[in-house]
Amino acid sequence: MKQLSVEHLLGIKYLNPNDLELIFETASHFKEVINRPIKKVPSLRDITIANLFFENSTRTKLSFELAEKRLSADVINFSAGQSSVKKGETLIDTVNNILSMKVDIVVMRHSNVGAGVFLSKHVDAKIVNAGDGTHEHPTQALLDSFSMREALNTNSLKGKKIVIVGDVLHSRVALSNIFALQLQGAEVKVCGPTTLIPRYISSLGVGVETNLKKALEWCDVANVLRVQHERMAIKYFPSTREYTQLFGINKEILDNLGKKIVIMHPGPINRGVELTSDVADSDQSIILNQVENGVAVRMAVIYLLAQQIKR
Amino acid sequence: MSRKTLLTSKEIEIILHRLACQLIENHNDFSNTVLIGLQPRGSYLAERLVTILEQEYGIKNLQLGLLDITFYRDDFRRNDEPLEATPTKIDFLIEHKKVVIIDDVLYSGRSVRAALTALQAYGRPENIELLVLIDRRFSRHLPIQPNYRGRQVDAINQEKVVVHWKETHNEDAIILENK
Repeated sequence: MKQLSVEHLLGIKYLNPNDLELIFETASHFKEVINRPIKKVPSLRDITIANLFFENSTRTKLSFELAEKRLSADVINFSAGQSSVKKGETLIDTVNNILSMKVDIVVMRHSNVGAGVFLSKHVDAKIVNAGDGTHEHPTQALLDSFSMREALNTNSLKGKKIVIVGDVLHSRVALSNIFALQLQGAEVKVCGPTTLIPRYISSLGVGVETNLKKALEWCDVANVLRVQHERMAIKYFPSTREYTQLFGINKEILDNLGKKIVIMHPGPINRGVELTSDVADSDQSIILNQVENGVAVRMAVIYLLAQQIKR
Repeated sequence: MSRKTLLTSKEIEIILHRLACQLIENHNDFSNTVLIGLQPRGSYLAERLVTILEQEYGIKNLQLGLLDITFYRDDFRRNDEPLEATPTKIDFLIEHKKVVIIDDVLYSGRSVRAALTALQAYGRPENIELLVLIDRRFSRHLPIQPNYRGRQVDAINQEKVVVHWKETHNEDAIILENK
């Protein structure tokens, strides 16, 4: 029967193709729900969810919170900035304290790789990884694939060509996207300055292209990543201006491709760096659709995990 | 497992025409009425009624919506089998409308309860009626009764009423199965 094969959503690499299809199908039902006049269903009335954000986030946190509220769950929020973490409490202690308030699902973002996996082994709750360091951001990859299917008007990404442009080295979005796209049979290339491409990335079966124009000519969809200045302790490229000249996408490049590709960005955009404003706001860009689909996909993930909690 | 045919395709045809006439008695030209079929199985019945109303009684511009009640059910996480959702297709509001909910079998009444809750998301209707093809007596868990019924059936709890439609099983038939 239709159920996820995993107990937690820790990363795309733990999922199988059937899980993805189930999540997308469920998300399409929820997308219809969030376009109704009353955008709410009572499914999760007796579920309590804690959103633990040990790292800053605007859109993911709002999106999760909205998804939870649309499912009628009770929601508590926690941001590390104003918490006892600063007083030296350990992660397990923090979470167990929260769980003693009878919480069923924990949505967590943490700056350490593997924080979600670690937590899932030590606490008794469903864990949803909302980003762990530079490792995975599974719900972003799910909503990206869901949006690609919608933009390309297809039920399958098999054989589609997707290029991930930019700071692949620091990007959890890139890794989760690679796993998700490969599960669906898509072809993936990464494109960016060699300093921002992990050296052994081809071992994952993705192509590497350092020429932006060639990469865009090859692809159906370009998923453009943000340059994560805050994760860069050293200089990875000489100047932002040079990065923009070599890897920034502008309207002129797009118009000269001879075909119409889809432009995506997980946000927040550095306007004028990786994308110019006229590209970000053009009809080729589905950035705001991604945000809308984010709520539906997160509703689906939470609904499907909650389904496994027996009363 | 024993099987008994309750209604044949001919009998179902007659019943559908009677139900269509009863609807016309109360709703005239359906200008202020919408029909809502409950997904998945009530939608076949609803679509069949729409065909009869349009082709044989000349009703025009019938509004038909299909409603999925999965997310409103009260047995979420209480069964071993996960619930499977089906699409909802309602592209109109039901504010101030007369609504007829259409389902194939009325048993515990819990699906109808869920449908009543789900419909609140589409506005405040003037009133809501219920049309079912089969009404299983003595099995209700909730105070819900149909306004239009095709056939009343007395079945004990181990028995199951199965509805076959041409669209899915090649022929129309209503069968009583004893597990």
